[in-house]
Amino acid sequence: MISQRVHRDLARVISAVENGIVPLATALATLAAQGHDRAASRADVIGITGPPGAGKSTLVDRLIEGLRNAGESVAVIAVDPSSPFTHGAVLGDRVRMQRHAGDVGVFIRSMASRQAGGGLAPATHDAVLLAEAAGFDVIIVETVGVGQVELEIVAVADCIVVVTVPALGDSVQTIKAGLTEIADIFAVNMADRPGANRTAVELKHMVHEGRREIPVLQTIATDGTGIAELLAAIEARRGVQTANAGRAVRFEVLRRARDRAAHAAAAVLDSPEAAGVLARLNAHQITRNDAVDTLLAMLGGPVHAH
Amino acid sequence: MPIKVLVTKPGLDGHDRGAKIVARALRDAGMEVVYTGLHQTPEMIVTAAVQEDVDVIGVSILSGAHMTIFPKIMELLREREVDDIVVIGGGVIQEADVPKLQALGVREIFNAEATTQQLIDGIERVVAEFGRDRARRAAARS
Repeated sequence: MISQRVHRDLARVISAVENGIVPLATALATLAAQGHDRAASRADVIGITGPPGAGKSTLVDRLIEGLRNAGESVAVIAVDPSSPFTHGAVLGDRVRMQRHAGDVGVFIRSMASRQAGGGLAPATHDAVLLAEAAGFDVIIVETVGVGQVELEIVAVADCIVVVTVPALGDSVQTIKAGLTEIADIFAVNMADRPGANRTAVELKHMVHEGRREIPVLQTIATDGTGIAELLAAIEARRGVQTANAGRAVRFEVLRRARDRAAHAAAAVLDSPEAAGVLARLNAHQITRNDAVDTLLAMLGGPVHAH
Repeated sequence: MPIKVLVTKPGLDGHDRGAKIVARALRDAGMEVVYTGLHQTPEMIVTAAVQEDVDVIGVSILSGAHMTIFPKIMELLREREVDDIVVIGGGVIQEADVPKLQALGVREIFNAEATTQQLIDGIERVVAEFGRDRARRAAARS
């Protein structure tokens, strides 16, 4: 049963893991010791991804509403970008999810992407596992606004909804690799805008030519049009073992390795020893490649580019 | 770890230019800023602060309703057994009300003349004073 105390305790362990104060296993043990029930079965994890401004957060708000009406408790992990320069972030996804503040069955957590580059934050997957352990039935992960290659949601979600909007490009865009390959469901949002039918048809052609049956739906998140169909499509995929499972594991291991390497590289770059390297680079005494070689040597261990 | 701040605008006051400038300035100072948008109730503010586990709640009030809003926020935090989030305020708040707000537990009030740098320094200071305890308590809990 989700209570205010669950919210507080879950929020705190997510912070502890996010900030590297404790490892995931310790955080899970803490939740268990606090007496929080694990969900009766595994939580369903829905991934929502797509370009910036496509309406992902508004769509999530609608999905929360529908899932609550069906009696499911919902946790949302919403990722927004961190500055690569100052590490600061403005996390604004909650602005679109205002209506659930009085509902204890809904937990919404924003996350800054920090050093991670794949559309999620380093701790997003851990936060999902913690929300599951705290007893939530469904967990929605909203990625940062993505382009074509930020695909790490593959390693986290059971069902991925790729949200797009009309007129972002012609049919060639639909056969490019990347984002269109990971969709379990396409949602053409803002479907009241010109070009929505054409975008949907182009996606349907692409799907038809591919190997899988992927629903292409049209939604208007602001007024709720098409949300029932989207929820039904998500529901139909529940418990379906996807072909993604194997590569999801590989993705997750790669992601964690890369996040750690990026973190270590950033720490070295910020260290006093590396100041001279950047100074020499700025003075055109060495090339960028030289600087990277020096940085990797300072990191220790042989790290090769290929 | 970055300081995490909830920047929020309660009540009917529909002017959030200042709150957005503050959010942006704190971002540029390396903080993680959760922005709630306008028209927040104390319930919405405390729910967001708890779920986000922020270090600081920064409340921007220009409407004059601060003697209603702040007590309610402090009461809800107590009700939810949250003792580790600092509440600060800014906007149009009369000098005479500042001691009353501080007595309620509002840690710092920034008036309309405060610069963003004063705000950044102030937040870093209260988190250093209060937040170190917070990290210690977090470690003790785990």
